[in-house]
Amino acid sequence: MKRSSEIGLFDKRVIGPAFGAALAKFDPRVLAKNPVMFVTEIVAALSTLLFIRDLMTGAENAALVGQIAAWLWFTVYFANLAEAVAEGRGKARADTLRATQTETKAKRLKTADDRTGETVSSHKLKPGDIVLVETGDIVPSDGEVIEGVASVDESAITGESAPVIRESGGDRSSVTGGTRVVSDWLKVEVTAKPGESFLDRMISMVEGAERQKTPNEIALNILLAGMTIIFVVVVATLQPFIMYSGAAVPIVFLIALLVTLIPTTIGGLLSAIGIAGMDRLVKANVVAKSGRAVEAAGDVDTLLLDKTGTITFGARMADAFEPISGIDPKDLAEAALLASLADDTPEGKSVVDLARKQLGRSHDGSDLVAETIPFSAQTRLSGADLKDGRKLRKGASDAILKWCETEPTSQITGLVEAIAKSGGTPLLVARDKKVLGVIHLKDIIKPDIRERFAELRRMGVRTVMITGDNPLTAAAIAAEAGVDDFLAEATPERKLELIREEQAAGKLVAMCGDGSNDAPALAQADVGVAMNTGTPAAKEAGNLIDLDSDPTKLIEIVLVGKQLLISRGALTTFSIANDVAKYFAILPALFVAAYPSLNALNVMGLESPASAILSAVIFNALVIIALIPLALKGVAYAPSSAASLLRRNLLIYGLGGLIVPFAGIKLIDVVINAIAIV
Amino acid sequence: MAADILQFIIYAALVTLLAWPVGLYMAQLYSGHRTVLAPVLAPVERMTNRLLCVRENHGQRWTQYALACLAFNMAGWVILYAILRLQHLLPLNPEGLPALSPDLAFNTAVSFVTNTNWQAYGGETTMSYLSQMAGLTVQNFVSAATGIAVGAAVIRGFFARETKEIGNFWVDLTRTLLYVLLPLSIVTTLFLVWQGVPQNLLAYVQATTLEGGSQLLAQGPAASQIAIKQLGTNGGGFFNANSAVPYENPTPLTNIVQMVAILLIPAAFCFMFGKMVKDSRQGVAIFAAMGILFVAALAFTYSAEVSGNALYDDLPIDQTAGNMEGKEVRFGTGNSALWAVATTAASNGSVNSMHDSFTPLGGIALMLQMQIGEIIFGGVGSGFYGMLAFVLLTVFIAGLMVGRTPEYLGKKIEAKEVKLSVIAFLVMPLGVLVFGAASAVLPVGVASLQDAGPHGLSEIIYAYSSATGNNGSAYAGFGAGVPYHNTMQGIAMLLGRYAFIIPMLAIAGSLAAKKTVPASEGTFPTHTPLFVTLLIAVILIIGGLTFFPVLALGPIAEHLAMTAGETF
Repeated sequence: MKRSSEIGLFDKRVIGPAFGAALAKFDPRVLAKNPVMFVTEIVAALSTLLFIRDLMTGAENAALVGQIAAWLWFTVYFANLAEAVAEGRGKARADTLRATQTETKAKRLKTADDRTGETVSSHKLKPGDIVLVETGDIVPSDGEVIEGVASVDESAITGESAPVIRESGGDRSSVTGGTRVVSDWLKVEVTAKPGESFLDRMISMVEGAERQKTPNEIALNILLAGMTIIFVVVVATLQPFIMYSGAAVPIVFLIALLVTLIPTTIGGLLSAIGIAGMDRLVKANVVAKSGRAVEAAGDVDTLLLDKTGTITFGARMADAFEPISGIDPKDLAEAALLASLADDTPEGKSVVDLARKQLGRSHDGSDLVAETIPFSAQTRLSGADLKDGRKLRKGASDAILKWCETEPTSQITGLVEAIAKSGGTPLLVARDKKVLGVIHLKDIIKPDIRERFAELRRMGVRTVMITGDNPLTAAAIAAEAGVDDFLAEATPERKLELIREEQAAGKLVAMCGDGSNDAPALAQADVGVAMNTGTPAAKEAGNLIDLDSDPTKLIEIVLVGKQLLISRGALTTFSIANDVAKYFAILPALFVAAYPSLNALNVMGLESPASAILSAVIFNALVIIALIPLALKGVAYAPSSAASLLRRNLLIYGLGGLIVPFAGIKLIDVVINAIAIV
Repeated sequence: MAADILQFIIYAALVTLLAWPVGLYMAQLYSGHRTVLAPVLAPVERMTNRLLCVRENHGQRWTQYALACLAFNMAGWVILYAILRLQHLLPLNPEGLPALSPDLAFNTAVSFVTNTNWQAYGGETTMSYLSQMAGLTVQNFVSAATGIAVGAAVIRGFFARETKEIGNFWVDLTRTLLYVLLPLSIVTTLFLVWQGVPQNLLAYVQATTLEGGSQLLAQGPAASQIAIKQLGTNGGGFFNANSAVPYENPTPLTNIVQMVAILLIPAAFCFMFGKMVKDSRQGVAIFAAMGILFVAALAFTYSAEVSGNALYDDLPIDQTAGNMEGKEVRFGTGNSALWAVATTAASNGSVNSMHDSFTPLGGIALMLQMQIGEIIFGGVGSGFYGMLAFVLLTVFIAGLMVGRTPEYLGKKIEAKEVKLSVIAFLVMPLGVLVFGAASAVLPVGVASLQDAGPHGLSEIIYAYSSATGNNGSAYAGFGAGVPYHNTMQGIAMLLGRYAFIIPMLAIAGSLAAKKTVPASEGTFPTHTPLFVTLLIAVILIIGGLTFFPVLALGPIAEHLAMTAGETF
């Protein structure tokens, strides 16, 4: 499931089989789940019978009846096709996954101390079995590492090519079936039942086999069924009213009216929208355990985000050099640079980078160094002795002061404290036992995160930063990152408490986590995203799993959830608005026999009653096909406030839905009269 | 014409200015706060509660509330039916009027219990004083109080937080009668008596007219019943000619006061709602949607009536005053159109002109207002909870478009609410279209029609829209008092009343149990002009889609025929 295996909208692998799969969906038992299309199928069958009757009796409008019947079948077929294409895309993705799931041999151990064991098929493994996985082996099933450390290539699942470390204990103890150990060995206790591994679940998820209707989808379905009943009443009572008026219309005309009125557009595309929404998540490398979680993501009011890794890079970087009075800033930068040459940590490298930038040169001056002093846990400092005999050191303030054998001046204390207070880490730099100044190390905030938070705020989502830092530091970082609130000195208990508080106020909370101690909070949150690198407990507790283990993914998930709901709402609005034009097409045609003057309602100036009815039916069928790409891709969505979203979508899908069919039906009318099929 | 429009503006201003304080007063009352009338009425209320063994603080779940409401209405129906069937044996019958037939008694009892006041009879020639006072007037009060109580309970569901209780029906009923309907009725009655409406128990008076003919002048306790018939959106006239007759509506002042009384409580409900949910903008938004629809209906009807009948253009008929057929010269087209629109917007049904004689187009707005479920102000209480069903539908359809589970006032609208709203939405199509279609083809149904062609269909549709919408007005050409229509209309009235009340109370119960989500930038705003526009569009599209075909075959066909010079 690498991102490279992108599936295009009209991929041949998908479209070809979909034509066939759509036919199988004509089965009334399958269609009965969709009230709108079920009614369409029933009346399509009815009009086919009427067509056969008219053929046998030689009725004059048999050709028209036949065409209407055909287009009704097409309407059902197009709806089936939409669903089949959506499912096909999931299947294509599942096939890629299944390729990694070929049967593997597993070395099952009798006890944890055993080292040889027996070779069995991976399908035979039960939860609790212990297997040995060595260099080059495929991990046979999901499990937890109980012994050993190894690097594991998880690219089959995540698409990320760099191997990751898996070890027993701690938060990196979980392994996934289908991944490959590239070095060392692991003893793994199997946690998944046969056929229920993570990969199995993912496959059934993307194939739509496990798809259950989400709450909003159920509600919408009820509304659509209700509207269908209303229109059945409207159309069924029309014949008596027309009879009162001294005329009668062919049943098939009433059927045509019914099908164009009931919300076939949204009814036909509803399940495709849902499947496509799941598909978009999978494309983002997120696996949802239920569709409910995806929908809930769109409703989220509060996002809890861990500071480290989500808001900041997690590694501290040099941000500034602050010399004490009397020292040339360049002098301090030079000393910091030379003292850090031997420091290979990200912090050390960042000091070198910053110094070079400030000094404006590209060479690092390593030719001046006689001997580098690496960092050691005893001295807690590092540095360099230069060829000219000068000694440079940098390190934590107490270590440097100890090396200098001096008491700190008030200026040094002031600088150090100010940096600590702002959430940074101070490092002292000294030359020949004399303090030159301070390096300000800072937890760097990700470059575009502030804008993301502003986006979320516009959507009405409140962000809360979770950090173990003290409140002062936390406040400084929170202000810089632009989050709405923060939880400092957070413990798992505090986090859980915060979620409960938010929920008690009626809010929906989303969070992500990876450690076992996150599990209660993940379970409590309405949307819990577990990192794939996390412990099995965390993965079990969350309702979504991010294969990339990227905490910022939470924001993307919220967007996918919203887009799913917007697509449904937009197409429902469009579908209902369409009915106005269809009335003006079909009603005059129905009533003209009773009252010729009612042709005044034929505002589109359609050619004849027959062509008017046929045009409306054809438009009704074709609009489903035309909207399949929209249903699969989802309605375009840019984060903004509810009010502006509503205005925009109403204009496009509401007003558009009113106007488009007038033009569309007129156009079809012109075409079918030109080619004289009525 | 300018004078008419000036009158319309004065009317709108009066309704708004009076509905605002009444709404705030009612909000206080139904939130359980002390009102200005408490010093006088609180002791009476306490005594009533003690007498009826009602515990004031005992909350009811929606099911208990609905059961209490149904039981109370059922008992009311039985008593009223008995009075009507036995009136010849009962006192206060100076004219010696006979008992009502079973079907007419069924129809009339249902009609008054459901706040419809469809009258398949002529008041002064059918009802004894006892039937009027102890039967009909009592139901005028309590059927209105039922609607108001249910309306208040439904509103409570929208702001209650995580509770199963939505109030107590008996407490709401007593409070409505004591604090709302009685004071307003007394004031209105006194005003009407001052203006010359009879209020006595005398026998009818034989009078000799100027031409020397003889006329029987009906008497009776009219003023009090007229006050409550307007305030409680009942509409049943004391006299057959309803508010067109000078005894019911003698002066321009009584005309405007009665028209204001029709919309007063329904309009007040909007402001009461805003106050109770602690966001007056929400109430104003709904008031605006109702107001705009009302003005549109008025403009439509008035312009049709003012233009008159094109068929008369070549005849020696003066149409400068518009279409005056079936209208009182005292009121003219302006006041007749205004009254007609107000009485069909509210589910009132009292008339000061003959709706049957309106132009075809003028009649469309009247029918459509009833067909969309009497929600443009609508009946007391019932209009507002009916409108809330439309609000929920609007929020659900459009709310998805902002990318969240639809919410209204912080309450999530989910499958259960949608299901219940859908049940409520089925009521009007069933009552109007199914019953109407049956009556349009069954010989016994068609037999009641006065006119052939599309106007005959309009008569049927108007009658069943009126019954299902619990309005009570009629196209007079429709001969209602036959067993078939008495029965069918009775069923339609029951459907229109209780198939709305029960789902709406269930929605209130379901919402009351939910958490309230605090509003944010991501929340669908329901107080903006955009929302008002959207709500109006949903009402017109859903209502229009359902009833446009039959309106096309009725009034629209009639209008087109009329302009083409064709008659039936």
